[in-house]
Amino acid sequence: MIEHTLHSISFFIPEIILVITLCVLIVADMAANPKSQIGGWILLVGLLLAGVFTVLQSGATDSVFYDMIAADPFSRFFKILLILAGLFVVLFSMQNNEFDDYKERMGEYYMLITGMMIGMFFMVSSTNLLLLYLAFEVTSISSYVLAGFTKRERKSAEASMKYIIYGAVSSGVMLYGLSLLVGVTASTDIYAINEALTEGIDQYLILNISIVMIMVGMGFKIAVVPFHFWAPDVYEGAPITVTAILAVGSKIAAFGLLIRFFTIVYVDSSGISETGIWSAVDGVHWDILLGGMAALAMIVGNLTALRQDNIKRMLAYSSIAHAGYLLMGLVILAEQGISSILIYLFIYLFMNLGAFYVAMLFSNRFKTESIKGYKGLGFRAPLQSVGLTIFLVSLTGLPPTGGFIAKLYIFGAAVSGGWIWLVAVAGITTIISLFYYIRVVRNMFFFRPEGEADKVEFGYGSTVVLMLLLIPTLILGIYFEPVLEFAKLSIQMFGV
Amino acid sequence: MEFQIFGLGILTWLVFIPIIGMAIILLLPDKNRNAMRWTAVSVTGIQVILAGIIFFIFDRDKLGINDAESFQFIEKFSWITVESVPWVGRIEISYFLGLDGLSVLMVILTSLIGFIGVISSWNIDKMVKGYFSLYLLLVTGMMGVFVALDFFLFFIFWEAMLLPMYFLIGLWGGPRREYAAIKFFLYTFVGGILMLLTMLALYFSVAYTDPVTGQSVHTFNILHMMNPSNYVEGGLLSGVDTTWRYVAWMALFINFAIKIPLFPFHTWLPDAHVEAPTPISVILAGVLLKLGTYGLLRINFPIFPDATMYFMYFMAALGAISIIYGAFCAMAQTDFKKLIAYSSVSHMGIVVLGIAALNTQGMVGGVLQMFNHGIITAVLFLAVGVLYDRAHTRGLNDFGGVAKQMPKYTGIAMIGMFAALGLPGLNGFVSELFSFLGAFESYRWITMIAVTGIIITAAYILWTIQRVFLGEKSEKVKNLADLTPREYLAFLPLIILIILLGIYPAPAIELMNSSLSHLVEFVVNGGQ
Repeated sequence: MIEHTLHSISFFIPEIILVITLCVLIVADMAANPKSQIGGWILLVGLLLAGVFTVLQSGATDSVFYDMIAADPFSRFFKILLILAGLFVVLFSMQNNEFDDYKERMGEYYMLITGMMIGMFFMVSSTNLLLLYLAFEVTSISSYVLAGFTKRERKSAEASMKYIIYGAVSSGVMLYGLSLLVGVTASTDIYAINEALTEGIDQYLILNISIVMIMVGMGFKIAVVPFHFWAPDVYEGAPITVTAILAVGSKIAAFGLLIRFFTIVYVDSSGISETGIWSAVDGVHWDILLGGMAALAMIVGNLTALRQDNIKRMLAYSSIAHAGYLLMGLVILAEQGISSILIYLFIYLFMNLGAFYVAMLFSNRFKTESIKGYKGLGFRAPLQSVGLTIFLVSLTGLPPTGGFIAKLYIFGAAVSGGWIWLVAVAGITTIISLFYYIRVVRNMFFFRPEGEADKVEFGYGSTVVLMLLLIPTLILGIYFEPVLEFAKLSIQMFGV
Repeated sequence: MEFQIFGLGILTWLVFIPIIGMAIILLLPDKNRNAMRWTAVSVTGIQVILAGIIFFIFDRDKLGINDAESFQFIEKFSWITVESVPWVGRIEISYFLGLDGLSVLMVILTSLIGFIGVISSWNIDKMVKGYFSLYLLLVTGMMGVFVALDFFLFFIFWEAMLLPMYFLIGLWGGPRREYAAIKFFLYTFVGGILMLLTMLALYFSVAYTDPVTGQSVHTFNILHMMNPSNYVEGGLLSGVDTTWRYVAWMALFINFAIKIPLFPFHTWLPDAHVEAPTPISVILAGVLLKLGTYGLLRINFPIFPDATMYFMYFMAALGAISIIYGAFCAMAQTDFKKLIAYSSVSHMGIVVLGIAALNTQGMVGGVLQMFNHGIITAVLFLAVGVLYDRAHTRGLNDFGGVAKQMPKYTGIAMIGMFAALGLPGLNGFVSELFSFLGAFESYRWITMIAVTGIIITAAYILWTIQRVFLGEKSEKVKNLADLTPREYLAFLPLIILIILLGIYPAPAIELMNSSLSHLVEFVVNGGQ
């Protein structure tokens, strides 16, 4: 037993490092000068170390802690993405002016981010319903508090409140769904559940109800229609760095959870062949359910984004639409779809964080989050505006940017899976999305700045961060073979 | 044929040398406007020289089209290769450039128009750095499309033109530039998405067997897509004359028809032309529209010969409608630029009618018309630009008696106008004649109706000449100066080509004859 635990711990070092980081943050918060940015630096080091140890594990596949946690390439892919997202968000946070009035509480902020990271690490690796739900809640609770971090802002407090209410209800519904699933199959281990389902059960109605209920909770986390209502308000109200981690980190983790859960539990495992194409378990057509949700998300997200004036709100609706594109990869029931989701998430990380970063810089300097307020900024902050243009073009999916490769692979997967109608919806909504992305670009460049119109300097630090996001976005549009290889190697899940 | 400069093939230089120029321009300090202009001129000048070299050493007898061996100046590198993906085999995207008789003329046209566009951009003073960077990026995109033989690469170049064009119209254009820019962007983007989906469907339907390893390889290679034996069992686009193949053909056709632009997809063109600055109008009419018909010939015809045969009447009919509709619209215009824009719709209709004839005459006429129309409209747009620069109006009724005030300018503009009208002895006549001859063989009635478009064309051009150049001097015209040397320089090469190809078109026809005959044969025989 000791041996098993020790063996398990050897796969658990990144998580342990994060927990230690959390402890160090608490101590440092008490000891150090509250005005210093020490918390941010500590978290950066912690995340980097966790990243190094995650990379060092690569290749191994095992199930640890009595089948509670999977240590497989799939979870490591998501952990690396999460660490990247975390690193960027910490860098953003250290530059964000929204926190100027909350300097003495920044220690808490970084602690909550660390807590959220730990929760997300478990989300992408747990293979037991109990742990899975706990991880889900750890992530959620940290993010509720983070959304209301700038509590003296009315909008932030409101966002937090809305988030908690929506979140509590939907995770409650999900918990109920999970309990139904356990009731039907008499197990909490997802492999055992799958075995029971493959052998066949009697109560298909209950099984179907449970899938819908579970999808309520997961759909809430990835912000997909019809469980998206919280997203615009929370994204708009929360501090922009928190919005960034919700839109990128939390979405990545939720997709990790969703993919693992659906492709292990609801797949007819007796039918998995060398071809890498699966079929759903008897009596449950969850692929059609998810396909419908994907289509709705693309349509609603893109159409609603058209009418937004707040950049954070617009990015919120755009991230709903992107959740739709991402779901397309899951519904085709093939490894190819999964790998295209991974490619999409990898590129999405850079382009979406980039858009949030420039939005943050603009709101810091020009005190505007309104797209109308962006008029003429192309002449006052050329580099940042060109950067934002590239990120938005990439989000639209135009070559030669990474976003095109992401769309190419996800569309390709859907075409090869025969989901032509879904691809048609995706194509049409992509065209619609051009409108609202390009409107920002238009405002930046097609208007002359009003009033004082000097060029604004942003400093070296921000240029470096911008380049760290911009260069991958561009390079991935031209040379993407490493990402393909990385994604291909990462679709091996423990037990599939 | 091996022809390399510093270890890189001539086509790579041709495509990417504007990017080098763009980098230099971006590094120059903001004040150095003339240095930026000279950089742009030298870069496009080098392109003209390279295109000249290609013209002289191009082997006229090689066929190209579907046979990789007989393409010239081939460059092929593996770009993305992902080994042994369990469900599809190997995945391959390659950097594959090459020239055949179909593309060589277009490459020459692009380099020439690109060069002339820079010369006529000389007096642009607003944000010079941005202007020339975007301009050169645009040139790279256009050149790339004409030489790419890998669908993925083709698509990248195709879409890479969108953003520069959007900014060039939207930032340097006329009063309604924003509307025109977004309209152009949107139309083209719709087409782009259709092409993307078709490209993916083709990709999953086509797999060739690697002769060395025996693996089944999915590829974006356009030439492999032309070979019926490469289509996998059960693929979406496998088989002959299936509904999906018709749908795919139609999706591609709409994409290219938007670019051409063919009735009823033409509505973006007048707006874009009117608002775009002169050099960008020249590029737009001179090169961009040709991408549409080139795409039809490079992709639709040889990859879907069955669907092409099925839809040939439809294509010819749309071509004929465009000819007549464009001509009538042109007649109704009072804006000089809009008139030329609609005349482009009309003239590109001739191209479509010619290539839809699916015989060698029509095909040669159509492709030659692409080249000729590029040169003629470039002259016409430059001519409008000259007037607009001086009088700040483009209203046809504002002018009159220009011939008396600016005799040299009038001489040059008249040559362009008469070439557009199809006067024998000038280049427009040759290609229109061939196109209609070819079309008449295949579709009597459609062609007979379409030919009436020529009469309408003559009417609106003569009427324009009368309103602008003849008669008494109007108020606006009184103080206008004649051409400057720089303007001469822009007009000169085009005028020479108009006359030369009108009298002796053989050099152009020889370039493409064998390739196009092969293409016709290939399509008519259903891809065998």
